[in-house]
Amino acid sequence: MEKHCVDSEVKGVSTGTTILAAIFDGGVVIGSDSRASIGGEYVSSRTINKVIQVHDRIFCCMAGSLADAQAVTKAAKFHLSFHSVQMESPPLVIAAASVLKELCYKNKEELQAGFITAGWDKKKGPQVYVVSLGGMVVSQPFTIGGSGSTYIYGYVDAKYKPNMSRDECLQFATNALALAMGRDNVSGGVAHLAVITEKGVEHVVVPGNKLPKFHDE
Amino acid sequence: MALSNVLQTPAAGFNFDNTARNEALKGLFEGAQAPKPLKTGTTIAGVVFKDGVVLGADTRATSSEVVADKMCAKIHYIAPNIYCCGAGTAADTEKTTELLSSNLTIFSLNSGRNPRIIMAVNILQDMLYRYHGQIGANLILGGVDCTGNHLYSVGPYGSVNQVPYLAMGSGDLAALGILEDGFKPDLELERAKELVRGAIHAGIMSDLGSGNNIDICVITRQGVDYIRPYQESEYKENRKMKYKYRPGTTPVLTEKVVPLKLEVVQESVQRMDTA
Repeated sequence: MEKHCVDSEVKGVSTGTTILAAIFDGGVVIGSDSRASIGGEYVSSRTINKVIQVHDRIFCCMAGSLADAQAVTKAAKFHLSFHSVQMESPPLVIAAASVLKELCYKNKEELQAGFITAGWDKKKGPQVYVVSLGGMVVSQPFTIGGSGSTYIYGYVDAKYKPNMSRDECLQFATNALALAMGRDNVSGGVAHLAVITEKGVEHVVVPGNKLPKFHDE
Repeated sequence: MALSNVLQTPAAGFNFDNTARNEALKGLFEGAQAPKPLKTGTTIAGVVFKDGVVLGADTRATSSEVVADKMCAKIHYIAPNIYCCGAGTAADTEKTTELLSSNLTIFSLNSGRNPRIIMAVNILQDMLYRYHGQIGANLILGGVDCTGNHLYSVGPYGSVNQVPYLAMGSGDLAALGILEDGFKPDLELERAKELVRGAIHAGIMSDLGSGNNIDICVITRQGVDYIRPYQESEYKENRKMKYKYRPGTTPVLTEKVVPLKLEVVQESVQRMDTA
C-alpha cells in the first residue's frame, strides 16, 4: 500500500490548516487546529502543534508545508533570541514578524509557508501580524489564515468586536476554529489556543468532543 | 561552535545548492526518469510505555519483486540510549543514521554529556531539511534520557512530530490500526512488546513489501534489550540440501602453469624510525 504524493502544491507533510489570532482588551489570543495531512488524502497527525512560541510573549502559527514552517520557526527562534541578547531587552512583536518576513521573502522560490505572529510587548501592547507566503507583512486587529479560513470569513467579520474581554475573545476564537474544522477536510483534531498578556502566557487546549457544536451537528 | 558536527557546519541560512544540482542532473537523462532509488518496503513501529520505549521492525529488504535480504536490520543504533527505525530508501536511512550516530558520539566525548533524543531529532531535521526531501529517510527515533521517554517521527522533508505511538513504512496503515486499537498511556512492558509485535505482524500480513521476522528493541533507563529476532516467520523453510561441495567434486582435466616474466624496475629502501 504505497502512499504517493499526488502532485499537490505542497510536497511532504502539509499543515492544510485553520489558524487565527485576535486582539482583545489587554492581550491577544492565537489559535490553530491540529491536523497534518499528506496530499490532502491522509491525515498523518491528529495532534500536531502549530502554535509555536518564538519568545516569552511572542507566538506564531504556521501554515503550509510542515517541514518549511518548522525550519523557519527554528531559525526565527534563534534570531530572536540572539537579537534580545544584543538589545538586552525582550524583542518587539514587529521584530518577530520581520524575522519571519525576511526568511519568507528572501527564500520565496523554495519555501511554502505562511505565518501569523501575535504577542505582547511593552511598546505597543498586544499586536497581530500576518506574514504571507511571499513575505508581505500586515498588521491587523484580528486575522485568519490557512485553507480552513475561507469558511469563516463571514463569521469573524460579523462577530469580532474591538476591546472584547479575555473570555469573550477566547470564545470567539474557539467558535471560529470549530466552524472551520467542521467544514474544511484538512483542518481538524483539537483546538490549540494561547492567550498572551503582559502577565504571561496561558495555553488552552479544547479537545474535539468539547468543541462548540452548531445547529446541524 | 557546534560540538556535535564533525564535518564543517554549513553557512547559516538555507542552502538549496544540492536541489538545484539535482534538478540540473535530471535534465541530463534526456526524457528518461532519473534512476529510482531502492526502497526497503517496510513496517516499523514504536510505542512509549511506562518505563521507556519499544521499537519494532520487520526484516525484509526487497529489490523490486525479489527479497534481497531476509534478515535486514532496520533498527539502527544511534547512542546507548537512542535507537532509530528507518523506512524509505535503504541506503539513505543507513547512512543518515550512521552519520547521526558518529556526530552524537563525538558530541558526548566533547561535552561529557549523554545525548538527548531532542538533540538527535534536531540534527536530523536540519540535515534532511537542507536536502529538501532528496534524502528518502522516514525515521522513527526513540529513546530514554534525563527528560523522559520520547518517540519522534522525522519525515524526509524535515518535518518532526513527537508522538506516543507511531508506525511508518509501506505497511504503516495496517500497523497503525493495531496501535490505535491497543494503545493506552503507561502500558506495562509485556503489553507494550505484544502491541508492537502485533502491529508489525499486521504490516507483514497485509503488505507485500514487509515480511520475514520481527525485531524488537526495548529501551529503558536500565539499558537496552535488542531482541533480534523477537518472532521468527512461520513460513521459514529449512534448506533441503547441503550446498557445500567437498574438494575433488569437480575433476581437473588439464593443468598448465605459465610463470610471469617480471623484472625489478626500481628498488628503494626506507628506514623505519622505530625509536
